[in-house]
Amino acid sequence: MDLRLESISHRYDDVEVLRDISLDIPAGRIVCIVGPSGCGKSTLLRFIGGLERPTEGQVVQIGAPPADSINPLTYVFQDFALLPWRSVEGNISLILSDHGIRGRKAESIIADVLARTKLSEFRKAWPRQLSGGMKQRVAIARALAVNPAVLLMDEPLSALDSQTRELLMDDLIALWTRQPFTAVYVTHNLAEAVRLGHRIVVLSRRPGAVNEIVEIDMPLADRDLANPELDAKQKHLWHLMRAEAEAADKELVHD
Amino acid sequence: MTDATFPPAAEAEARPVRFRGGGFRPSSPRWVGALVFVVLIAFLEWGTRAGFISNLTMPRPSDVFATLVDLARSGMLWTHLVPSLTRLLVGGAIGAFVGIAVGVMIGLFSVVRAGLVPLVAALFPIPKIALLPLFVIWFGIDEASKYALIAFGTFTPTVVATYGAVDNVDRTLIRMGQSFSLSWSTIVLRIVLPGAMPGILSGLRVSLAIAIILLVAAEMLGAEYGIGAYILQAGSLYDLERLFAGVAILSLLGVLMSGTIGVIEKRLLGWRA
Repeated sequence: MDLRLESISHRYDDVEVLRDISLDIPAGRIVCIVGPSGCGKSTLLRFIGGLERPTEGQVVQIGAPPADSINPLTYVFQDFALLPWRSVEGNISLILSDHGIRGRKAESIIADVLARTKLSEFRKAWPRQLSGGMKQRVAIARALAVNPAVLLMDEPLSALDSQTRELLMDDLIALWTRQPFTAVYVTHNLAEAVRLGHRIVVLSRRPGAVNEIVEIDMPLADRDLANPELDAKQKHLWHLMRAEAEAADKELVHD
Repeated sequence: MTDATFPPAAEAEARPVRFRGGGFRPSSPRWVGALVFVVLIAFLEWGTRAGFISNLTMPRPSDVFATLVDLARSGMLWTHLVPSLTRLLVGGAIGAFVGIAVGVMIGLFSVVRAGLVPLVAALFPIPKIALLPLFVIWFGIDEASKYALIAFGTFTPTVVATYGAVDNVDRTLIRMGQSFSLSWSTIVLRIVLPGAMPGILSGLRVSLAIAIILLVAAEMLGAEYGIGAYILQAGSLYDLERLFAGVAILSLLGVLMSGTIGVIEKRLLGWRA
């Protein structure tokens, strides 16, 4: 299943947030959206998954999601959004049982996703007992449990410290390499974007518009920290964004 | 050339940094609370025995205790306690249940919120006991008017606490529920209600204490049996031992209630720890 954004524009009252964004999200690829803070990239992600409606334009699905996909468009949030009153497995089973999956079938799905995110021993743990990185892994496990056609990740690593971020990035790459998934990955971190993105969409500051689209063909598994080509791409992205970020930093917040 | 530009502090005096943190974290060891009661009662007992507290101003704690024992032996304790507890349970349960239901509705639906918040604000400050005559006309002189009074008194604080608690439920959790296409009822029952539970329970603590106050007031205004009636009788005879025996029962009731909510909190909110 592909997604296509057709000239999306959005305004809150008289503040224009996004202007005429058109974009293709091909199946099996990770599309990263980067931009200075306040450029509306998280808002754009909420449009893609149908959590909010743009003032103009629309998001269209091309083709049907796989039949076994329980929740085709699934989010991973920056602040994890785990229910603190449910254990690790309880957080996953809630979603499954609401979609009519209980008992043995739910059991096998939970065991599978916890194994894939290296959480098997923490099934019964409470969210408060877990570190930030583990919480995000639980959130990723929960997202994988519904077998999404497209994963929508909203700065999933931004609440974590840099070492945990490194580890989780490796985990994401491993997950993708084992079984490629489609994802839209919003971040302000250019290093994450060049490590994970097949296609990097650079948004300008508010009103957010597509500034440039950078393609990176290198396989995810080959992208390591000190790769000169990635370094050049990252420098190029920073060059694109630097002035914008500086200007965005000086803007007043309109909320 | 290094970046270091400060000269080394060679011969200066070395002393430990003064500690300025700590404090502002009260804990409550169990025995201190009990100790306060014991000391207070022991002081009264000693004072009344030694004679510098007159028997007319303060009954002797041991006499109050003896009165309580008599009351239990004669069976009159149950004659008074059973109707009181029934009124408290029925009235309190109705008030709390309706209060939580209305509070959740206010927290979820704009129309209900717009319509009922001003109404609740108007009802809250009314001294409910002033309405007892009205309730007697509506529900009769019997138990029903007392249930209604207690229910009404518990209702308003419960509503306010509940919709406040629902408002404070983390919206990202609700967004999460929607992003997984959970049904509306699952979002309300499994996300909104558990999220609001801490606030609802602390609201219940207040409302149930109010329920005890109203219970006594209602029984003082018209009841043959009940702790309130018992206290009123004792008071009009200036029988301080019996008066204090009645008050002690009420205090115990309050402590018991608060303890029960504590147990419920432990069970329902174990995840907070």
